[in-house]
Parts: sequence; C-alpha cells; structure tokens
Amino acid sequence: MQKRNSLSRQRALALTACIILAAIFLFPAFLLALNSFKTLKEIYKSVLLLPKSLNLSNYLQAFQKLDYLASIKNSLLITVGVTACATLFCPMAAWVLARSKTRKSRFLFALFSLSILVPFQCVMLPLLRVMGSLHMMNRIGLMTINLGFLCPMSILLYHGFIKNIPTDLEEAAAIDGCGPVRTFFLIVLPLLKGIGATVAILCVMSLWNDFLLPSLTINKAGLQTLPLKTYLFFGAYSKKWNLGTAALVLAVIPVVTFYAFCQKYIIKGVTEGAVKG
Amino acid sequence: MKQSKLVFWGFQTPCLIAFSLAILLPMAMGIYYSFTDWNGIGSSAVPNGLSNYITIFTNDRQFAYSFRYTLVFSLAAVLLVNLLALGLALLVTQKFRGSNAFRSIFFLPNLIGGILVGFIWQFIFSDVFDGLGTLLKIPWLCNWLSTPQTATAGLLIVVVWQMSGYMMLICIAQIQNIPDSLLEAASIDGATRFQRFWHIKLPMLTPAFTVGIFLTLANCFKLYDQNLTLTQGGPYNSSEMLTMNIYNTAFSMNKFGQAQAKGVVYLVVVAVITLTQLFFFKRREVEL
Repeated sequence: MQKRNSLSRQRALALTACIILAAIFLFPAFLLALNSFKTLKEIYKSVLLLPKSLNLSNYLQAFQKLDYLASIKNSLLITVGVTACATLFCPMAAWVLARSKTRKSRFLFALFSLSILVPFQCVMLPLLRVMGSLHMMNRIGLMTINLGFLCPMSILLYHGFIKNIPTDLEEAAAIDGCGPVRTFFLIVLPLLKGIGATVAILCVMSLWNDFLLPSLTINKAGLQTLPLKTYLFFGAYSKKWNLGTAALVLAVIPVVTFYAFCQKYIIKGVTEGAVKG
Repeated sequence: MKQSKLVFWGFQTPCLIAFSLAILLPMAMGIYYSFTDWNGIGSSAVPNGLSNYITIFTNDRQFAYSFRYTLVFSLAAVLLVNLLALGLALLVTQKFRGSNAFRSIFFLPNLIGGILVGFIWQFIFSDVFDGLGTLLKIPWLCNWLSTPQTATAGLLIVVVWQMSGYMMLICIAQIQNIPDSLLEAASIDGATRFQRFWHIKLPMLTPAFTVGIFLTLANCFKLYDQNLTLTQGGPYNSSEMLTMNIYNTAFSMNKFGQAQAKGVVYLVVVAVITLTQLFFFKRREVEL
C-alpha cells in the first residue's frame, strides 16, 4: 500500500514538473499569439495585457507582405520535389553500394559517409562559383544542390537498413529471370517504406527551414521561400512588432499543421535518424 | 558482368552527380582557393601560398575571438541541452496520463526553423523582457540583447529551448530499451531510487549521450540562422560565431580567399572534435 502511494506521489510530482516546464516552453508561443492581435500602441503599453479587441488587421497586412500563399508554394515545391528525388535516387545508390562488394563501391560509400561532416560554410563560396558558371542560379539548380547535400545522410540511412535485408528474395527473383531494375523497383523498394519515411521526414525538415543557400541563389521576387520572405519582411518592418508577431504566427502555422498530422512519423523518424545515423 | 557494371553506375549516377556538384567539386576547389588571393568578384585567383592561413591565425582578432566564442558556447550548450534533455526524458517516461502530449510539446521547438526561432526570441528578449523588467523593476531584464553577456545568455537559452526536445527523444528511446527486469531486480536487492538511476539507468544511457552530444556539438558549430536573426553577431560582434565570421569575411570584406581558408580550418576543427568525441564515448558504452 505504501509503495503504491509513493509511486502515485512520484507520478503526481512528475506531472506537476511537466506542466511547469511545458508552460515555460510554450511561453514564447503564447506571447506571440497574444500580441499579434494588438496594435503597436498596445504592445508598447504592455506586452502582457490581453488585446482590447480581436483585431485581425495585423494578419491581413502580414499575409500580403509575406506573399504568404506564393511563399508557401515556393517552399513546398522545393521541399516536395527534392524529397521525392532523395527517396528515389538515394535508395538506388544505397542498394548497389550495399550489394556490390568491390573496392570501388567501398570507397564511394566511405566518401558519402565522411561527407556528413562537411559544414555548409566550408563549400559555400566555391559552390556559388560552380553554380554560377553552370547557369544553376535558379530553382532547378538549387534543388539539385539540395539533393547533393542530402545524399550522404540519406544514403547512410538506407545503406544501414539494406545491409540487414537478406539477399534471398533478390536471388530468387534473379533466378526467375527478373532483371536488376525490376528487382529493385518491385522487390527491394517496397521493403524500404519504413526507412523511406524516416529519410523523407528528415529531408522535409531540413529543406523547409533552409535559409542560407536559397538566400544566396534564388533571392528573386516570386521565387522566395517562406524563411527567405520572413527574413526580408523583418528587414523592412524591424520594430513593428504588431506585424512581426502576426507574420511569425503565420510562418509557424505550416510546420505546426504538419506536426499535428504526422507527429507519430516525425518522432519516429528523427529518433531513428539520430540513432542510426 | 558488363550488365552489372552498367547497373552499378546507372543506379549511382543521379546521386553522384548531385553530390559531386554540391560537395566534392566545391570542396576540391575550396582547398585550392584557400591558397589564393581570390576576391570573389573577378575570376582571377592568383596562388599566394600560405599567406591566407598566416593572416587568419596571426592577424585576425575577430576570427580568433569567433573561434573561441563558438567553442565555449558549444561546450556550454552541450552541457545544458543534454542535462535538460535527460531531465525531460526521465519526467515523461514516468507513466502518467498525458505524458505523450508533453513529449510532443517539448519537441515542437525543434521543428521550427532557425530564422523564425531567432525572430520569435528577439521579440521575447527585446519587448517582453523590457516590459517585465519595467513592470517588476528588475533592471537586468531590460535591454537584454544589447550587452554581450546577456546576448550570449539569450542565444544559449534559444539553443537550449530548440535542441533539448530532440535530445530528449533520443534519451527516451534509450530509456525504453532498459529492461524492466533489471530495475526490478535492483529494487528487490534494496537499491534506492537514486542508486537505480546512478548505477543502472545512467550507464545504460551512454549511447544516447554519444549521439546526443555529437548532434549538439555539430549543430552548435553549424549554428547560423539563429545567430543571424537573434543578435546578428552583435553587440559589437561579441556574439559572432564562426559561420557568421566566414560569411562576413567573404561578403562584407570581399576576402574570399581568407574566408575559404577559414572554411577549411572550420572543417578540420568540426571533424576532429566530433570524431574524437564519438571515439571517446563509443568506448564507454555498456554492452548488455
């Protein structure tokens, strides 16, 4: 009886601690939402008071200034396009690398794996030169480069998974006269759904939030992604926090929506990606 | 045999092209450029030997400062992030109702991009802290981002807020791997709660820390977006991290050769630190 009591007391304590911590974690979000309905005068008067009325004009202005829908469309195009390519091309590469035991294949795999350590700023300047001289300063160019940066991590994850799949199925298919291309698409790829979801989640997260590379390559009106547009927005309206808070709420909405729908996959994906990678 | 070679290269090609364009080729060019006087505007890049490296190590106080700053900042962040993550993980793995909801809340900041996170906290530190400071008459809450110490503290808070949820997930995965029988056996033998934590849970969590510390270190060294939108390196470049220093050397001062030399040094440092840490921690992992 006593043990049970101490157990439930421990749980109650943990719950209380969690509530307090969650309140601290969500505090910025709460203040952001609160102030996004205020006028600038009200914000100057006090950031903590409730807004006088549910005034939506900040949102309307921020919506227009952010080019909200167009920016989301631009971000989506890059995110979805590159993620689709990564989840098609990377398992292809990882499969042949895992199945072929030649020295060349081991060397290539080592090259991919080691490149995980290369930070962006180390290749940034020559990369711009390469892209400039190959006429890649456009969306397609950016997407190609994005794919290149995602290759090491994705191939490593796929490779680790494929290594542990027994080759029996593929051998049986080969005996039945199935060529390598069909074997891959009909037999191997369906087995990779789980790890594919992990890779996709990791790609989406890094692509959606990417800022520096797009800011250096596609910084043109009409092509700007959401993070880029948000940054420019604050350059123009730096101290107008009534618009700023509304813009930030708008910019956070897509991520929170995505999280609400795919929470299970996201949590599984990042945990797996971290532990295996 | 011929066909299998064709398949090998054919399947490889898309990734290999993108990878070469993004990383291999720029990496090779970058090493060459770091030994030249490239200014980024013209195409001319005359080799000048080691002079870039000599300059950045002997005659560039801001680089030395950014270097030290990034190192100290990363160490502090690694400590705070992982301690908080461990605490959060231990809390949400107590089996009470709704613990999953808390897990989701603590992880949420991690999904929000660095640019947004920086701006969100800029608002909190400038307007909200100022408001609170005047209201409660606490002077040190005001002008939080305009003194070097508090700006650094601010950046640290942001990083901890953003990253600890991620490390918490890694810790949770590891805690769930600890067999209940082990903990039960210990409590039957009379181990207190603290003893069970210290002698069983903590050693079994080493793999989580290996990964967690690796990721925090790497992420802190690569920090740029938050640094840009929270403090822009200010006040007076006091919070300028390595990545921003490289960016500014290239784009504000047009010293592309020197910036590239810094980039190479940066790569070596990141590689050495993270690989050393991995090696050191891998040895301490407990096999069951």
